[in-house]
Amino acid sequence: MIQVEHLTKRYGSHTAVEDVSFEVRKGEILGFLGPNGAGKTTTMRILSGFFPATEGRAIVAGFDVFKQPLEVKRRLGYLPENPPLYGEMSVNSYLRFVANIKGVDRAQVGSRLEEVKIRCGLAEEGPRLIKQLSKGYKQRVGLAQALIHDPEILILDEPTIGLDPRQIIEVRELIKSLAGTHTVILSTHILPEVSMTCQRVIIINKGKIVAVDTPENLTGQLAGGETIELEIGGSVDNIVALLQEIPGVKSVSVGERKNDHNPVCVETEGAKNVRHLIAQKVIGSGLELYQLRTRSISLEEVFVQLTTEEEAKEEAVEGEGK
Amino acid sequence: MRNYLAIMTKELHNLFVSPIAYVLIGVFFALTGYFFYMILVNVIDFTMQQAFQAQQFGTSTPPFDASAAVMRGFFSVLSTLLLFLVPVMTMGVLAEEKKQGTIELLLTSPLTHLQLILGKYTALVVLLLVMLVPTMFNSLLLYFLSEPSPPLATLLVGYLGAFLLGGALLATGLFVSSLTENQIVAAVLTFGVFIILWVIDAAAGTGTTLTSETIRYLSILNHYDDFTKGVLDSQHLFFYLSFIFLGLFLTSVSLDSSNWRQ
Ligand SMILES: Nc1ncnc2c1ncn2[C@@H]1O[C@H](COP(=O)(O)OP(=O)(O)OP(=O)(O)O)[C@@H](O)[C@H]1O
Ligand SMILES: [Mg+2]
Repeated sequence: MIQVEHLTKRYGSHTAVEDVSFEVRKGEILGFLGPNGAGKTTTMRILSGFFPATEGRAIVAGFDVFKQPLEVKRRLGYLPENPPLYGEMSVNSYLRFVANIKGVDRAQVGSRLEEVKIRCGLAEEGPRLIKQLSKGYKQRVGLAQALIHDPEILILDEPTIGLDPRQIIEVRELIKSLAGTHTVILSTHILPEVSMTCQRVIIINKGKIVAVDTPENLTGQLAGGETIELEIGGSVDNIVALLQEIPGVKSVSVGERKNDHNPVCVETEGAKNVRHLIAQKVIGSGLELYQLRTRSISLEEVFVQLTTEEEAKEEAVEGEGK
Repeated sequence: MRNYLAIMTKELHNLFVSPIAYVLIGVFFALTGYFFYMILVNVIDFTMQQAFQAQQFGTSTPPFDASAAVMRGFFSVLSTLLLFLVPVMTMGVLAEEKKQGTIELLLTSPLTHLQLILGKYTALVVLLLVMLVPTMFNSLLLYFLSEPSPPLATLLVGYLGAFLLGGALLATGLFVSSLTENQIVAAVLTFGVFIILWVIDAAAGTGTTLTSETIRYLSILNHYDDFTKGVLDSQHLFFYLSFIFLGLFLTSVSLDSSNWRQ
């Protein structure tokens, strides 16, 4: 549905997006993840036809964004980073205006308006002036604007920013309900959001893609094993050696003792589950086991790891250059 | 067509919910009224003086068309006021869309530049008409009360001139507004351009070289003169229409290229 090939965007001499290629299948929800200034907004603006790329090609819904922009724009709903609202208009007249310029069938404008307002929690706000709405409600109007012509493809730049927790959940549900029938690209800083709503994630840093995968694979792939935290009572002098004997255990470290509890951290490799073996060993050697839990690597850690790895690599390259 | 109407309606809505439109209409009406009165008083003074002199020296009064003089003065006041007020009309039209980010909505909607620019331009022209129509009150006063009254055609040609001049100025202002995202910068820049277009024929002098004739041709008020005399000349009509076309065309180019650079 969306095909991006070697996209590059330069602002003067500054390269915001460099040689980005990816694909989004029909009905898929793709998350765009990256630190500030990574180039998320820039990529989305190119895809929506707001400005052209310096180099590269993008095919959206079967049409080249640069060669047949009108065809693409007809099929696309776009929520920019700052919702594009006219403060002096009421919610109703604004949405009606957008419906008109997006080419919604005249006879359906009214029903689309009502539907979108309900979906975005704006049922009561119709006659209110947009400038009088709170930030979260403005964001909802922005979302309603992107949905009004029921586009095949949605590009949402940080759709949940400024919303209250309940509304965030509602918007995520809304996005999830679009899966299958609509193709969605959304950008966000909120990592759990990606694992909750997206089938695939692209992590982008400094204009380059550093990873593309499902959220599960991303966390799994990097983890490659588990970290198990134990709390053991009694003398732990021998326990390190004992635990190290277990096949699959990579390393064992003992933390500082606190009220007779020794925190122990075991790192394993491979997919094999060794938790029960660890428990047996501890209890078998006459120690008290107070706690055993796995700490799975969160998407946050993956994210930090990936985006800093890239920097480290870059620095190494620069070092060689000198 | 539908896109064009949607843009125009939205633009009219934006113009008329802000107090700027009403201030413009009010100020324009008040100032034209005031100047009309002043011109009238001056012309009456002048004719009285002439009549007095003629009586004293026993000569006959030279032929003098008082109502035509009033109308000429009045139309030149209209043009001067437009130079000052048009920058205020156009300053926000594109600059504000850029600043508020609503340009992102417009440029990612299935609209052509033509629909967008014509929609906005038409809304401005409507505002211009709303400003011009009440001032007809003054000239109609002259038409019905003066003896002999100025021919109706003269009045209409004069107004056509003011309308075309205003249209050309609006197109220029629209273009300048597309260059910046700051309304004040747009207004000052537009006014600067107007001043140049206004005084340009002074710079050209009275020479007959090709350059000075070309420069004089570009003076936007030169072409207005004939209209105020009630003379309709297709050459001037052509000038204003091409001026408008050029302004709108440049706006479109600027929308494109500002996107390339960003
Ligand atoms: N109009 C512009 N002119 C010059 N540079 C720009 C412009 N817009 C963005 N940039 C630069 O391009 C890079 C990418 O910006 P972009 O807005 O795409 O980042 P982002 O991933 O959306 O960040 P955020 O998470 O903060 O929204 C940044 O380094 C930014 O400074
Ligand atoms: Mg952004």
